[in-house]
Amino acid sequence: MSSDRTGPDLKARAQGLGFHYGPVRALKGVDLPVVANEVTCLIGPSGCGKSTLLRCFNRLHDLYPGHRYEGSIQLQPDGVDLLAPGFDPVMARLRIGMVFQAPNPFPSSVFENIAFGLRVAGEKRPLALAERVETALREAALWDEVKDRLDAPALSLSGGQQQRLCIARALATQPEMLLFDEPTSALDPAGTAHIEALITELKQRTTILLVTHNLQQAGRVSRFAAFMYRGEVVEYGETERLFTRPARTRTENFITGRFG
Amino acid sequence: MRPQGQALERLLAARRLRERAVEAVLWACAASALAVTLGIVWVLVSNAWGFFGEVGVVEFLAGTRWAPFFMQPGYGVLPLLTATATVTVIALCVAVPLGTATAIYLAEFAPARVRDTAKPVLELLSGLPTVLFGYFALLVVTPALQAVWPGIATFNLLAPGLVIGVMVSPMIISLAEEALSAVPDGLREAAMAMGASRRTTVLRVLLPAALPGVSAAWVLAASRVAGETMVVAIAGGQTPRLGFDPTEAAATITAYIARVALGDLPPDSTGYQGLFAAGLLLFVLTLGLNIAGLVFRRRLLRRWS
Amino acid sequence: MSLARRRLGDRAAAAVGLLALLCLLLALAAVFVQLLLDGGARLGLDFIVSMASRDPARAGVLPALVGSALVLLVTALAAVPVGIGAAVYLQEYAPDNRLTDLIEVNIANLAAVPSVLFGLLSLSLLVHGLALGESILAAGLTLAMLVLPLVVVATREALRQVPVGVREASYALGASRWQTVWRHVLPAATPGVLTGVILGLSRAIGETAPLLALGALGFVAFLPPPMLVVEPPFVDGRWLSDPFITLPLQIYDWLLRPDPAFRANAAAAGLLLAGFTLLVNAAAIGLRWRSRNPTRQR
Repeated sequence: MSSDRTGPDLKARAQGLGFHYGPVRALKGVDLPVVANEVTCLIGPSGCGKSTLLRCFNRLHDLYPGHRYEGSIQLQPDGVDLLAPGFDPVMARLRIGMVFQAPNPFPSSVFENIAFGLRVAGEKRPLALAERVETALREAALWDEVKDRLDAPALSLSGGQQQRLCIARALATQPEMLLFDEPTSALDPAGTAHIEALITELKQRTTILLVTHNLQQAGRVSRFAAFMYRGEVVEYGETERLFTRPARTRTENFITGRFG
Repeated sequence: MRPQGQALERLLAARRLRERAVEAVLWACAASALAVTLGIVWVLVSNAWGFFGEVGVVEFLAGTRWAPFFMQPGYGVLPLLTATATVTVIALCVAVPLGTATAIYLAEFAPARVRDTAKPVLELLSGLPTVLFGYFALLVVTPALQAVWPGIATFNLLAPGLVIGVMVSPMIISLAEEALSAVPDGLREAAMAMGASRRTTVLRVLLPAALPGVSAAWVLAASRVAGETMVVAIAGGQTPRLGFDPTEAAATITAYIARVALGDLPPDSTGYQGLFAAGLLLFVLTLGLNIAGLVFRRRLLRRWS
Repeated sequence: MSLARRRLGDRAAAAVGLLALLCLLLALAAVFVQLLLDGGARLGLDFIVSMASRDPARAGVLPALVGSALVLLVTALAAVPVGIGAAVYLQEYAPDNRLTDLIEVNIANLAAVPSVLFGLLSLSLLVHGLALGESILAAGLTLAMLVLPLVVVATREALRQVPVGVREASYALGASRWQTVWRHVLPAATPGVLTGVILGLSRAIGETAPLLALGALGFVAFLPPPMLVVEPPFVDGRWLSDPFITLPLQIYDWLLRPDPAFRANAAAAGLLLAGFTLLVNAAAIGLRWRSRNPTRQR
């Protein structure tokens, strides 16, 4: 966050990032800047590696055997490399939150869903928990709808509400960065509009990296975009510029719908 | 807020310690479970080893007289084997047709309500303790058989065979029905679209397609029958007899073990060790059948997924 | 073949199948009905609270009921935590490789081993090896070994059913493996685990063969000493080493007696055993049905 740089401040930067699942190479030579307090989106055809790239940021691949990272991902303000061999993945996950494609609330109450992340981080005091849960629900624009049923099962909410609950859950620990993996693909248009409004509002407080297959959505919410193809970043830049004056032919073909 | 720096380090360090302790405890549980499986094999083999040292495998497997506690002991296991085989065949003669026909009916013909009621009821009734089936075999089936054929002895192999057949049918039904359901609907539709009747579709298309799974059901049922103890111990008699005559009493491997283990035998005696030799034989037999069943089921799954 | 004949053929096939089903249900129900006819009269409060006796009219099942309960307690305490722990380890902690598969297959195979062989295992290991004698503790441990694979398999199945998204969400929040399992995965799997445990324990109550090898048919004249006592430390463990008799063993014992008057006792005890087993199994099956068909989601 140095103030004497001329360019935009970066929250994170991937450099030379590669990833392997066993013998399969899923990402190659990825250089991706993630600008602070903005929404950066990853677009590209199915199987291009957008979700794979996203999951490198919170080291979620570590859960599955046969994973291998190359390169580095630096997280500011301290510049720590998230992929360094000695780095504990849990540290990444405590600082970077994630919202998944299909809403996946825990099978417990609304309150417990959101309190869980706080408990993991060591917060035990009931008053503090209650306060933080309310804040998170307000930030996710869900408070009014659930304030009278905090003890109700999370699974009794509608799909759109469940997704906002998952966002609140990720927000509770005040992460420095949020990863969204196609967060609206399982929702109806009303739910989608809610989430998009939320994302636009949230970027003031945190940095967002968003994977989406919906180009209109990318155009609506993101300021920066990276187009990916077969595990590589083909082009990166401001979303508006990418959509109107793409520098690479492949980007242009994708944007205009010739493939993908 | 989220703890930083030192507090965070301490939290994570404590957490790591706890995780390792928990994993060790869980590992111990898994190891215990594995130990039991190895324990059975170990106990059977080590005791049977002593037996085979005294008696010899050939005499055990080929001998025709099983009388370990007589003045002139006999250590041939064939009488126990013939009795086990007789009961198994009788039981399968009941269970295979009854069970398979019911499975086909439930999977292909029965309306949903019948199927949804019958399956749990069958599962429930098959959970009745085997000693009660033994009661039924001795005190109801045998007298009934004797009314028809006066030549049947009070203890015989026919009554337990029939009762075990009924007892084991739900197992065949459940496995065979599963196998039939694994056959994709596309096959049914294709056959019926060609004009085949439901009966033809089932008998000539579905059953052959599900055969690995259905035969697995039969084989696993055979294993279950061979290992059944109480029904034969109560109604079949406990005197070893060579031969396949179902109207007379005979001891199966399981009935023999049940009877003799009751007594107080010195652990080094040949009689005691003979128990384990018989047990080892039973174990190998049922293991072989179980593996065959497993292989058949896998073949079914591979065919249809 | 004409359409009418075809339809007849179909109907005949269905009828054969239905007949098979009915025959089976009838035969199975006949067992229960016979017990009712033979033992219904003998079943009464006096039967339940009487001790054993050489006189069939006075002999009751109290020692057997108490014995069954105590043995079941030992079985449950030994098999349930170990079984669940083993399943959690294999499903959530163990690496996904051939060795793990082999271990699982081994444990699942144990469920298909004839139950009488567990009696031989405990005869050699517990009675002679560990000198536990023919005691409630030995009986409980024997049945625990029999029930263990059932609990492991049922728990693994239940854990597998929990969607992977729940785990990923938990890890993504920085939770540890145990936190994820204890707070989310196991609670979600509870109905399945409970069903497996109940069915396993119900099976243990009805088993006779494994306990025969423990020399279990002695005449049990006294009930074991109580577990809870007035003086500190308030818990007494002497009952563990007492000789035992369980309900199925009592039935077997009465069936072996030459005196036909014991037949009614055996039947009455059989009714108790059958009734209990049917109730417990029905509860477990109902629980499983409800967990697979949840009705409270929107």
